[in-house]
Amino acid sequence: MAAFDQLDPLSGRKVLVENNLTFHDVTEAVAGPIEVPSARWWGFFLVSTMMLGILVLALGWLFWEGTGIWGLNNPVGWGWAIVNFVFWVGIGHAGTLISAVLFLFRQKWRTSINRASEAMTIFAVICALMFPLIHVGRPWFIYWPLPLPNQMGVWPNFRSPLLWDVFAVSTYFTVSLLFWYVGLIPDLATMRDRAKTTTRRIAYGIFALGWRGSTRHWQHYERAYLILAGLATPLVLSVHTIVSFDFAVSQLPGWHTTIFPPYFVAGAIFSGFGMVLTLLVPLRSWFKLESLITIKHLENMAKIILVTGTMVGYAYGMEFFIAWYSGNPYEQYAFANRAFGDYWWAYWIMVSCNVISPQLFWFKAVRRSPILLFIISIFVNIGMWFERFVITVTSLHHDFLPSSWAYYSPTIWDVATLVGSFGLFFTLFCLFVRFLPTIALAEVKAVMPVADPHYHGADKGDGHHG
Amino acid sequence: MDKYSKKKVFGLLAEYDTAHAIFHACEKVRDAGYQKWDSYTPFPVHNLDKAMGLKPSLLGWIVFAAGMTGASCGMLLQWWTATIEYPVIIAAKPYFSYQAFVPVTFELGVLFASFGAVLGMLGLNKLPQWYHSCFKSERFARVTDDRFFICVEAADPKYDVERTRQLLQGTGAIHIEEVED
Repeated sequence: MAAFDQLDPLSGRKVLVENNLTFHDVTEAVAGPIEVPSARWWGFFLVSTMMLGILVLALGWLFWEGTGIWGLNNPVGWGWAIVNFVFWVGIGHAGTLISAVLFLFRQKWRTSINRASEAMTIFAVICALMFPLIHVGRPWFIYWPLPLPNQMGVWPNFRSPLLWDVFAVSTYFTVSLLFWYVGLIPDLATMRDRAKTTTRRIAYGIFALGWRGSTRHWQHYERAYLILAGLATPLVLSVHTIVSFDFAVSQLPGWHTTIFPPYFVAGAIFSGFGMVLTLLVPLRSWFKLESLITIKHLENMAKIILVTGTMVGYAYGMEFFIAWYSGNPYEQYAFANRAFGDYWWAYWIMVSCNVISPQLFWFKAVRRSPILLFIISIFVNIGMWFERFVITVTSLHHDFLPSSWAYYSPTIWDVATLVGSFGLFFTLFCLFVRFLPTIALAEVKAVMPVADPHYHGADKGDGHHG
Repeated sequence: MDKYSKKKVFGLLAEYDTAHAIFHACEKVRDAGYQKWDSYTPFPVHNLDKAMGLKPSLLGWIVFAAGMTGASCGMLLQWWTATIEYPVIIAAKPYFSYQAFVPVTFELGVLFASFGAVLGMLGLNKLPQWYHSCFKSERFARVTDDRFFICVEAADPKYDVERTRQLLQGTGAIHIEEVED
C-alpha cells in the first residue's frame, strides 16, 4: 500500500484506479476472475446452497403447518418476519444510494463499487420480499393486495401503509433491476467480445443486445442512466419512508413517532454500507481488485457509515427526549421499558453496535484497515438487525392491557428462516460474482485520467479544445 | 472471394488508440461534412457527441410522458375503485381521500417513467440489434476493451473510397480497413 494516495495529473484529486493500469488491464482485472472457476468459489457456493437448503426446509414446514411454528404470541403478532423484512430491505438501500444518489452528486469513486452494491440491493430486496409473502400464512393468496378485478368485486384499501408498501417495494425491485441491467449492457458486450467459447459468446451476446459502443447509442444511454438515477433517488427515500409508515401510522407507543421516516432511511443506508463492506472487503482481496477498489474507496464508505451511524444514534436519543417531553406516560413507559425492561440486552446490543462501534471510524488508521472495516461491518449488520427487533418486539410485548403482557422468543424455525434467507442472499451473490463483471468496466474506464479527451500524456500537450 | 461477385461495402473503419485521438478525429470528420458515420468507444468519451455534432437526446420527453401516464393511471385507479367501484368508508375519511393516494401515485409514476427510460433508450438506439457490419472486423472486438473506432458509411453522399481514406489517415488512425455489408 502506498503511503500517500496517487493523484490525478489533471484534477489533482486522488486517482480512482491505482498503479497506472491501462484500459486493457482494467478489463483483464475484472473479467479475468469470472472466466476461470476457482476452488474457493465452489467452497462458498456450496456453503451458501446448504444454507439455502435450510430455507427450503423451513418454508416447506411453514407452508405445511402454518405460522404457528414461529414464536409469535398474542401481544407480539409481528415477529421475526417483519424484522427480517425491514432488515433486508434496508440493506438494499445502500446499493441505490451508491448507484443513484452518488451519481447525481458526481461522486466518481462510486464507479468501482456500484455494480456489486446494486447486485446486493437486488438480492437483498428478493430476500425482503420473501417475508411478506410467507408471513401471510397462506402465500397462495399473496396476489390479493394487487388491484386485480375479481369475482368478489373487492378492491384493495389504498389508504393503508401496508398496501403502499406493496407498491413501493415491488416498484423499487423493478427499477433497481432495470437500472442494474442498463449498467450491465456495455459490460456484457465486453464479456461477449472476450468469450473463448461459443456458448459464452451467445449467452453474453443475447443479453448484450448487440451493443457496439456507438457514440450515438452512448448519448441516449447516458441520458437514460442519468434519468434512472434521478428516478431512483426519490424512489429509495420513498421506499423506506413507507416501510417506516407501517409502524409510524399505527397508534402504538414506541412506533407512533414522526422521526421514523428520516431515522429509517439513515439506518437503511448505514446498514447497507455495512453489508457492502462485508461483501467487498473479501471480494477485492480474492479477486485482486485492490487497484480498482482502493483503500480510499473503503475509507469513503467508512466515513458514510460514521455519518449515518451518528445520525441513527441521534435518532435513538431524540426518541427518548420526545418521550419525556411529550409528557405522555404510555410513551415514557414504552421507552423506559425498551432500555431497561425485559429486552434491555437487545437494546444495548443495538446501541453498542450501531452508535459506539462506528465511532472508531474517527481514526484514519481504522478507516484504512480492511480487517477492522470488515469486523466493524459485521457489528453494523448485527446492530441493525437488533434495531428492527427492538422496535418491533419491545413496543408490542407490553401492550395496553397488562394482563396480556408476554415475553416473545423465537423458535428454531424463526432462526432457520433467517439463516436460510442469508443462504438465498449469498447463493445469488455467489452466482453474480461467478458470471457477471463485479465492477462496472465502462464506468471505471470513463473516470480514469487517460479517458479524458484532453489528456495528452506526458509529452504531447497542445492545449487544443474541441 | 470471387472477384466477379459483387461485394457490398458498408464503409471504412478507422481505429484509434486514445480518447484524445478519437475526439479530434471526430471533429475532423464532422467538419468534412459527413452525415452517415459513427464513432465507437469502450466507454462514453466526454463530449464526443458534441465533437460529432450530434443533437441532444430527446429521451427526456419520452420519460416525462411515460411518468405522467403512470402517475395519472395510479390516481385514476385509486379514485375509481374508492369512489365508484367499491366505495367503503375507512377511518371516517371521504371516499376520494387523495392525500392518502399520493404514495401509490408516486410509485406508479416512477415505475412507468423507468420503463419509459429503458425502453425509450433501446428504441432510440434501435436495440436489440444482434447483427452489425462492424462485427465482421476482427479488430472491432476491442471496441469493448480499449480501442476507439470511426466508421464512415458508404451510404454517405460524400463517401469516396480514396478521399475518405485520406481524411481518416490524416486524423491519426492506427489502422484503416474496409468492412463489408
